[in-house]
Amino acid sequence: MDLQIALLLGQDGITNGAIYALLSLALVLVFAVTRVIFIPQGEFVAFGALTLASFQAGKTPGTLWLLIGAGVAVALIDLSVALRAGHVRRIPRIVAWNLVYPAAAAALIFLVKPNEMPLLAQIVLSLALVVPLGPLTYRLAYQPLAEASVLVLLIVSVAVHLALVGLGLLFFGAEGSRTPAFSDGSIVIGSLTVTGQTLWVLGASLMLIVVLAVFFERTIYGKALRATAMNRTGARLMGISTVMAGKLSFLLASLIGAFSGILIAPITTIYYDTGFLIGLKGFVGAIVGALSSYPLAAAGALLVGLLESYSSFWASAFKEVIVFTLIIPVLVWLSLTTRHVEEEE
Amino acid sequence: MMDAISPVLEVEDLCVSYGKVEALHHANIKVGAGQIVTVIGPNGAGKTTMLSAVMGLLPRSQGRIRFNGTDVGDAEVGVMVGYGVTLVPESRALFAEMSVEDNLLLGAFNRYRAGNRDQEQTKDEVFGIFPRLKERRNQYAGTLSGGERQMLALARALMAKPKVLMLDEPSLGLAPLIVREIFRVISSLKDTGVGILLVEQNARAALQVADYAYVLETGEIALEGLSKRLIDDPKVVESYLGLGGKQ
Ligand SMILES: Nc1ncnc2c1ncn2[C@@H]1O[C@H](COP(=O)(O)OP(=O)(O)OP(=O)(O)O)[C@@H](O)[C@H]1O
Ligand SMILES: [Mg+2]
Repeated sequence: MDLQIALLLGQDGITNGAIYALLSLALVLVFAVTRVIFIPQGEFVAFGALTLASFQAGKTPGTLWLLIGAGVAVALIDLSVALRAGHVRRIPRIVAWNLVYPAAAAALIFLVKPNEMPLLAQIVLSLALVVPLGPLTYRLAYQPLAEASVLVLLIVSVAVHLALVGLGLLFFGAEGSRTPAFSDGSIVIGSLTVTGQTLWVLGASLMLIVVLAVFFERTIYGKALRATAMNRTGARLMGISTVMAGKLSFLLASLIGAFSGILIAPITTIYYDTGFLIGLKGFVGAIVGALSSYPLAAAGALLVGLLESYSSFWASAFKEVIVFTLIIPVLVWLSLTTRHVEEEE
Repeated sequence: MMDAISPVLEVEDLCVSYGKVEALHHANIKVGAGQIVTVIGPNGAGKTTMLSAVMGLLPRSQGRIRFNGTDVGDAEVGVMVGYGVTLVPESRALFAEMSVEDNLLLGAFNRYRAGNRDQEQTKDEVFGIFPRLKERRNQYAGTLSGGERQMLALARALMAKPKVLMLDEPSLGLAPLIVREIFRVISSLKDTGVGILLVEQNARAALQVADYAYVLETGEIALEGLSKRLIDDPKVVESYLGLGGKQ
């Protein structure tokens, strides 16, 4: 392998690693706040990419129907809960978010022609459809089980993952999609040509990480999420509702997932089930961070990206094996060094 | 005697069970505005259980909680915080990997969400009460000493500007000097009009600051009365203020 190839592989590795890093941050966040191992994270990647591809192909993405369906289901549940408890004041909010918003999104999509809109508008529209699915999923699948054990929540995650993959096949079919690059052109640094999309991925990931850091360090809602992760009872005593924290962390996770999918769609062909493998690599990164350290998770995810890239050159048949084997020394190391933490104080 | 002040918090006939075991039987307690009411009793008497049930952390199997005369029903924590009821739990429940300042800010979370933006001013007031916390404003809560942690727990609770403040053993594990300091602060809070429900093992200190006291034994209120009367009650002296009670 000469330097040229090494650099090229490094560029690939870092690009994918940046995406895995984003996903690993989302996984750490969701686990810290809700104790859910968010296996369906990858489906949000696929939904983001494929929703954008549908718009560009002039089709109505199936995720719109999912948004409407999940909205109706959540509205029915929340309305019956609110009515039984006599919380009439909650009704307008429930109706607005779960019924009016999806209906408005549908109306907008049928009124404008998304395939003729500029790319940025298409991206915003895709995010507007996919991101709310995160909190809706939390409401339907996880909130009723908020007090359950990590294992039960993991089983629910597997079920949600399978359901969403099935829906993905139904909505988008078995063929993959690749969207056009955000911009043509590339930069030449020495002997290395860096494509425009690589720069987009790196820049956008970095920007999202900075935005998240500011959110967690500087805003009271970000601090409230961290507080819930540190001490659930303490947070509840401050009036930080576990449900609010759960929905917010799922919102961030689905935003990160869908956004990642949109970023890599011009680089990799995305199929309805591609998300799982991508999410799993983010998960390896998150494990490196022991599901609790954001910087370690991000570093681990970058390592996964690089490892994957170089092993695809040396031993492409074993690429996935090599990447997932990384988890074993990490787990051994963790089991030797971490003290046992109580699940609940 | 205490009917002169209309109570902010009334606990009526409250029962709490863990599975089949009933840990609190038919407890009745009243706390008036600007009043300190203490509940003393031995380990395992059900003091923490009572505060948790009032706060809505535990389900109440029977009985009512009234806040300013209104039945709160089966309101859980979030709703109780909304009413202005704040609990400093036995465990303190601080956010260990956050600075003192961030802990305080989150103490005001519910007020923030309700649209109040006076957190900076409240924080200055709280720093006025606990100058030591001001010096350590950027330190992680997890690295504070035991006494400082208790101060932070109390300070964080004050950030919510509570109408009812429930304290679970604020003197637990603290040296006498700090205990005195904490109790000085608690008794100075009376002037702000907050109703304080103070659970203590340190019966002597509690009876000295409190207006009214309840003795809880194996889940039942065994005795109640004005603190200055209970402090001389032979039964209380024998069980809680003798050598055993001082420790
Ligand atoms: N989660 C629980 N499950 C079962 N039993 C419990 C639980 N928590 C408390 N108990 C029992 O309820 C009784 C009352 O406990 P509680 O913690 O209220 O006592 P306490 O008066 O606060 O004691 P201490 O002064 O030691 O804090 C005890 O017998 C205890 O063992
Ligand atoms: Mg106790």
